[in-house]
Amino acid sequence: MVDSGIEMATRTSSLFGLHGGSSAVRLEAAPAAERISLRVHAENVSALSGALGVDLPVKPKTSASANGRTALWLGPDEWLVIGEGGYDIGNSLMQAAANSGALHSATDVSHRNVAILVSGPGAAAAINAGCPQDLSLKAFPVGACSRTIFGKIEIVLLRTAEDAFRVEVWRSFSDYAFGLLAEGARDAAL
Amino acid sequence: MLLIHCPYCEEDRSELEFRWAGEAHIARPENIAAISDEEFAEFFFLRNNEKGLTYERWRHIHGCGRFFNAARDTVSDRFLMTYKAGMPKQPIPVMEKAVAIAEEKTVETWEATEGDAR
Repeated sequence: MVDSGIEMATRTSSLFGLHGGSSAVRLEAAPAAERISLRVHAENVSALSGALGVDLPVKPKTSASANGRTALWLGPDEWLVIGEGGYDIGNSLMQAAANSGALHSATDVSHRNVAILVSGPGAAAAINAGCPQDLSLKAFPVGACSRTIFGKIEIVLLRTAEDAFRVEVWRSFSDYAFGLLAEGARDAAL
Repeated sequence: MLLIHCPYCEEDRSELEFRWAGEAHIARPENIAAISDEEFAEFFFLRNNEKGLTYERWRHIHGCGRFFNAARDTVSDRFLMTYKAGMPKQPIPVMEKAVAIAEEKTVETWEATEGDAR
């Protein structure tokens, strides 16, 4: 068969080619990841935690990481679980949740979200350009996470280090999110 | 910017994360097909629209996503308390506080605020 190259179509991140940042803030697209949106009743949380290999946090605004997976508390019965690596439909998180044998609702949102990694001494200031939350280390310590607002869009924010955040944003809003972060980064360096 | 206490997130968050969701404590009829048109109109359309203390549903839509109830003063726009959905109507913990708010008078004359300025 003649190799026309057409069947070589590859998936490109919506953040591909975007660049921004300043002397105080580094902005970069996060590597592709698996994600599920998980809804579980309180009595089944331990079963799902065991199946996923990461303890689903039950305290507001907290996250937990283990075995390359991070579970973010979004609501009293709602979590966003992010797994490193794969990007395929029918991912390992979906399979792990299905193997739990407990009642739950899991939706594969690997392709719905993309993530922007914001780091540097001005990271919190750059995000506060569009986010009303208190991002001081006292109110938003390392590991804290929250669904919140960023300018005109909704994001899920996770603090991965004292001066580093992961911003999860819906794919079609990623251009807006990156643009506003780039402006925030410029302001943070003034 | 107003700060609203979310009973599920257990902290004060910016009003930007919330949406108003109508009057609270309206029970859906047990058998909605059996009620008269007048009773349906009462349940479905008619609201108290009180001036002053009012009980409302709010939703933390850009946070935990949960509905909850709030007691709010519609004159001052002050949130007196919030509590979880499904709980019965809660008394205002410090009723004097609500009364004080109702009687609060702000004095902002030039003499009071700038009189000492030289």
